[in-house]
Amino acid sequence: MSVLTESAPTAAAPTVVPPERRPRHWGRFVLPTYSWLVIAYLVFPIAVMFVYSFNRSVGGVPQVSFSWNGFTTLWYREWNSAPGLSASFWLSIRLAVIATIVSAILGTLLAIALVRYRPKQFHGKGVIEQILFINIAAPEIVMGASLLGLFVTFNIGRGFLTLVLAHVMFCIAYVTVTVRARLAGFDRSLEEASYDLGAGPLTTFRRITLPMIMPGVLAGALMAFALSIDDFITSNFVSGTSTPFPVLIYASTRVGIPPQVFVFGTVIFSVGILLALSSLVIGRKGT
Amino acid sequence: MSNRTVDMTEVSSGFADVSAGRKPIVTIEHVTKIFQDAPAVDDLNLEIYEGEFFSLLGPSGCGKTTTLRMLGGFEEPTSGRIFLGGKEVTYLAPYRRDVNTVFQSYALFPHLSIFENVAFGLKRKRMDKAEIRRRVSTMLELVDLPHMEGRRTSQLSGGQQQRVALARALVNEPTLLLLDEPMSALDAKLRHQMQIELKRIQTQVGITFLYVTHDQEEAMTMSDRLVVMRLGRIEGIGSPREVYDRPTTEFVATFLGASNLLAGDVTALEGSVATVTLTSGTTLRVGAERLPEKRVGLSVKVGVRPEKITIGAGDGGTMSGQNSLRGRVRVSTFTGVGNQYIVETSWGTDLTVYAQNIGQAAAPRSGDEVVLTWPVEHTFAVHPMAHGSVEEEATMGEIDE
Repeated sequence: MSVLTESAPTAAAPTVVPPERRPRHWGRFVLPTYSWLVIAYLVFPIAVMFVYSFNRSVGGVPQVSFSWNGFTTLWYREWNSAPGLSASFWLSIRLAVIATIVSAILGTLLAIALVRYRPKQFHGKGVIEQILFINIAAPEIVMGASLLGLFVTFNIGRGFLTLVLAHVMFCIAYVTVTVRARLAGFDRSLEEASYDLGAGPLTTFRRITLPMIMPGVLAGALMAFALSIDDFITSNFVSGTSTPFPVLIYASTRVGIPPQVFVFGTVIFSVGILLALSSLVIGRKGT
Repeated sequence: MSNRTVDMTEVSSGFADVSAGRKPIVTIEHVTKIFQDAPAVDDLNLEIYEGEFFSLLGPSGCGKTTTLRMLGGFEEPTSGRIFLGGKEVTYLAPYRRDVNTVFQSYALFPHLSIFENVAFGLKRKRMDKAEIRRRVSTMLELVDLPHMEGRRTSQLSGGQQQRVALARALVNEPTLLLLDEPMSALDAKLRHQMQIELKRIQTQVGITFLYVTHDQEEAMTMSDRLVVMRLGRIEGIGSPREVYDRPTTEFVATFLGASNLLAGDVTALEGSVATVTLTSGTTLRVGAERLPEKRVGLSVKVGVRPEKITIGAGDGGTMSGQNSLRGRVRVSTFTGVGNQYIVETSWGTDLTVYAQNIGQAAAPRSGDEVVLTWPVEHTFAVHPMAHGSVEEEATMGEIDE
C-alpha cells in the first residue's frame, strides 16, 4: 500500500495510471471505536462501584447512598466494621478454593475418560455427555431447589458441607468441557513415546499427560472459581447457617447495603486485574 | 536393560562381522493380528539378526506398521509369540521392553527441552545425573546436533526434530530400535541426506534397526536385509540385491523396482534351462532353478528388469545364453542419465527398457524396429498373481501414509 502511493508520483511516464486511492479511510476507525464503546459499557458499573466506595454516608448511617455526599476513605479504613461482612467474604473464598480444587480433579478425570475410550469400551458414554450438557443448561433455580429437597430428604444439615457439595456439582461440567477441548488435540503418540522410553502409566500421566493438558485444567479451574465465588441462587437454597458473600449482600439489601461492600468489590476487581496483567507478562516471557 | 556400556563414538566398523554371526535378536513365530475380523498380520515368521539394518517394506495396509507396533508393545498379537534377545516379550508392556522407537510423528515432548527429551529414558533408569548429561551430549553430537540441549522442540526444523527423536531412542542403547517411517515428513533432498546419515549412525552404534517404510528406494539404500510384505504376509526376503534380482513373486517384481512381465507356460525342461512359450508363441529361456515349480505345463510370468535389456538394431541374431524379442519403439524419452524406451512387441505387449547414456551408438527413435536382448541369467519366472492389480496396490502405497 505505502509502496504504491509513494511510487506513484515518481512514475513520470504518462501512460502509468496512478493507483486508485482507497475510498473509505475512516473505515478503519469503525471497529476500534465500536470496541471501545462496548468496553465502556462493560466497565461503567464497575466505575460506579469504585466511585461510590469513596462516598460519604448521610447522617452517619453506614449504608450506601446513591447521591454524592463528598469524598471519604472512611470505608477503606473501617473495612472490617460491617457486621458479618468479612467473615462471609472469607467463607466464600474458602468455599471457592475447595470447590475449585475438587471439581478440577473430578472434572479432569471425567474428561480424560470421555476422550480416551470409544463408546464400545465405555458403556453409557453418550448418556454421560448428555447429563453434562443438562447440568450446564438447566436453570440454576431448579437445581438449587432440588438440591435443597435432596438435603432435607436425607436430613443433611445445611451449612458449609452442603455448600461445597452444591458448588462442586455445578462446577464439574465446566471443567470437563474445557479439559476435553484441550484433550481433543492431544497426540496419543506422546504417551506411547513415554511408555517406549520406560515410563509406566503413572509417571507418564505425571510427566507427559498432565503437563500437556495443564492449560485446559487451569482454564477450567479458573471458570469453576469464578462460578463459585459469585454464586447466589444455589447458595441461597443450601447455605443454611453459613452465609457466603453474595447471599449476605442480598440479605442486607433489605436493611441497607453497607458501603464496605463497594470496598470489597473494588479490591476484588483490582486483584483480578493484577492477576490478569501478571498472567499476560508471564505469558510473554514464556514465548 | 542393556548392560553394554558402549561408548557410541568409539564403536566403529566391524558390525558386518556381528551380522555374519547370525545370532537372532528378534524372533517372530506364527504371529497373527486380527483387527475387526480382518487379519492385518497373517501367520508371520521372521528372524532378525544382531546388528542388522532390517526393513519392512510394503504398501499401506500390508501389516508392516502393525508388526512394528507389536514389537514395541503397543499392540498385542492375536496369536503367536515374539522373542527379543532370547526372552519372550509377546505380552510385555512397552515400558518393560528393551526396545525404543522413532515415531512417524517424532512424538517429541513439546513441554520439555531437547535435553529433557533425550534424557527422558535415562532418567527412568535412575541413572546418575552427570552420566546422563554426558551421554545426552555425546548422543546429540552423534546425530549432529551439538550444543542444542537448551532449545525447545518447536524451535527446530523437521530434519532436526527427527534427529532429536533418533537421539532420544538411541541414547538408551536398546537391543532393538524401531523406526516407523521416520522420513515420510521430510522433503526428498533432506530424506536422501538422512538415509546416508542414518546408515552411518547405525554402523557406528551397532544397534539392530528395524525400519518400516513404503519407499522401496529408501529400503534398498539402507538395509542389510529387507522383507516385502503384502496383505499381512511376507512376499520376499533377503538382501536388497537378492530380492531385487531374484524376485520370488509377481508382487515383489513390480513393487520393488519395475519389471517387464510376460505370461506364458513352461513347455520344456532341459537340464538347468527351462523353455517358456509365451501366449504369442515366442519362446524365452529361464534358469530352471528360477522357476517357482519345476513342472512342464506350469503357467508363469517371465520377467526381466528394464535395465538388463540391451536395445539394438533390427538384425541381431539370437546368441546362446541370451533371450531376444523383436519390437518397435513406441516412445523414447531422454532422461539425462539415460534413455527410457517403451517397446511394443508384435503381439501388442509393451516392454520398458532403460539404456544408460554412455555416449554410444545413436539411440533408436520411436517407430524404429529393434531387437531386445538380455542374458538368460537375468530372466526370472514367478507365479501369476492370483488376485488384485499389482499396479493399483503399488501406487496406493506411494500415495497413502
